[in-house]
Amino acid sequence: MIEVQQITRFFGRVKAVDNVSFQVEKGEILGFLGPNAAGKTTTMRILTTYLPATHGRATVAGYNVHTDSMKVREHIGYMPENPPLYQEMRVIDFLNFVAKIKGVGAKNIGSAVTEVMGKTDIENVKNRVIKQLSKGYKQRVGLAQALVHNPDVLILDEPTVGLDPKQIIEVRELIKSLAGDHTIILSTHILPEVSMTCERVVIIDKGKVVAEDTPDNLTKALAGAERLNLVVKGPKDKIAEKLTSLQDINLITSTARKNDLVNIQIESKTKEDSRPLIAKTIIDSGWDLYELKSEGVSLEDVFLHVTTREEGTGQ
Amino acid sequence: MRNFMAIFNRELKSYFSSPIAYVVIGLFLLISGVFYYLIVSNFVQVCMRADMQAQMYRMAPPKLNVNMMAIRPILHNMSLFALFFLPLITMRLYSDEKKTGTIELLMTSPVTNLQTILGKFSAGAVLYLVMLLATSIFMILLFIFGKPELGPVLTGYLGLFLLGLSYIAFGLFFSSLTDNQIVAAVSTVAFILFFWAIGWVSGFVSPALGGIFENFSLIGHFDDFAKGVLDTKHIVFYLSFITMGLFLSNISIESARWRGK
Repeated sequence: MIEVQQITRFFGRVKAVDNVSFQVEKGEILGFLGPNAAGKTTTMRILTTYLPATHGRATVAGYNVHTDSMKVREHIGYMPENPPLYQEMRVIDFLNFVAKIKGVGAKNIGSAVTEVMGKTDIENVKNRVIKQLSKGYKQRVGLAQALVHNPDVLILDEPTVGLDPKQIIEVRELIKSLAGDHTIILSTHILPEVSMTCERVVIIDKGKVVAEDTPDNLTKALAGAERLNLVVKGPKDKIAEKLTSLQDINLITSTARKNDLVNIQIESKTKEDSRPLIAKTIIDSGWDLYELKSEGVSLEDVFLHVTTREEGTGQ
Repeated sequence: MRNFMAIFNRELKSYFSSPIAYVVIGLFLLISGVFYYLIVSNFVQVCMRADMQAQMYRMAPPKLNVNMMAIRPILHNMSLFALFFLPLITMRLYSDEKKTGTIELLMTSPVTNLQTILGKFSAGAVLYLVMLLATSIFMILLFIFGKPELGPVLTGYLGLFLLGLSYIAFGLFFSSLTDNQIVAAVSTVAFILFFWAIGWVSGFVSPALGGIFENFSLIGHFDDFAKGVLDTKHIVFYLSFITMGLFLSNISIESARWRGK
């Protein structure tokens, strides 16, 4: 549905997007992840035909974003980071206007607007002037604006920014419910959002794609370096020495607590789960094991790992 | 056409649902009205003095022309007031969209730049037309209490309308250059004043150069309209000026897209 081939975009001499390629299949939700100023918005703007790319090619719904931009625009709904709202208009007038310029047939405008107001739950404010709405409602009107012509492709730039936790959950549910009929690209720098809503993730940093896979696979790929937390009763230094003598195990920290208890954090690079081996080693040495917990690897770790690798500060 | 109408309607409604339209039209009428009053009362005094002189010397009273002595200066005054008021209604056309980000909605909807430009331009033009129609009350009063010729009034208003459209076209262009409304308005006024005053230079340079300057003068082409002369030369000039403004707006928007501004 969306194909991006080696897209590059310069702003003056600054390379905002550097040779980015990825694909999105029909009905899929793609998470577009990256720190601030990574090039997410620029990439999305290129896909929505708002900006032309300096090099490279992108097609949306089979149309080239550069040469067939009007066709592409008919097939996309776009919600920029700041929802584009005419503040002095009433919600319903605004949505009618958007439906008109998005090419919804004159006869269907009424029903399309009613439907989208139902989906985004803004029926109760339809006669209010947009300026007077709360941030959460404005965000939903912004989403309604992107959905009103029932586009094949939805491009959402940080759709949950500025919402309260309850609204965030509602918006995520809404986005999830839209998948299948719509192909969705969703940018965010909030990681749980991606693991909760997206089927696939593209991580972008400094304009480059640094990782691309499902959230599960990404976390598995990094799971080679699993972290374990232990609480053991015994002499601190001896325990540390014993554990590091095991193969593929590195000590990260060990701190003594009250009552001879020691907190230990280790990193294990073994292929199999190393917990039984560690437990056995400690018991055999005559110490008491109080706690042994795997931290697992979250998408946060993957993210930090791939976006900080270049400086050599990654773990 | 549909897209054009949608943009046009939205712009026009936004003028009238905010104080802009009422303040601009109201103040334009107030200032034009004050000058109308001064010009007409001055004309009446001149008439009375001429009558008294005629009686004193036992001559037939002279025929003073209301078209030439009152209506023409009134039209000229309005052309100058429009110069200061129209940039105030064009300054927001693009600047506001750029500032609030709604430009992203327009530029990612299946609407061409030309449709947007024409829609916005026409909305400004209609607002200006309402302004002009409101001033027709001045003329109606003259027709009730005097006997002016209708022809020069009509051509005068046509000239005033075309002149105003030229202001609006370039106001739109300057608005498309910046997200700051004040900058847009000030540059529009400065630009139009330059093309207004360029004819005055002609007295100080060689006749050939002077002729060129005169032909570029926005107000120079208005004179004939105010006199009641309808010359295609002037109509073509204004239409070219308007087209130029709209064309430059289109280029500016397209280039902003490439520059990413």
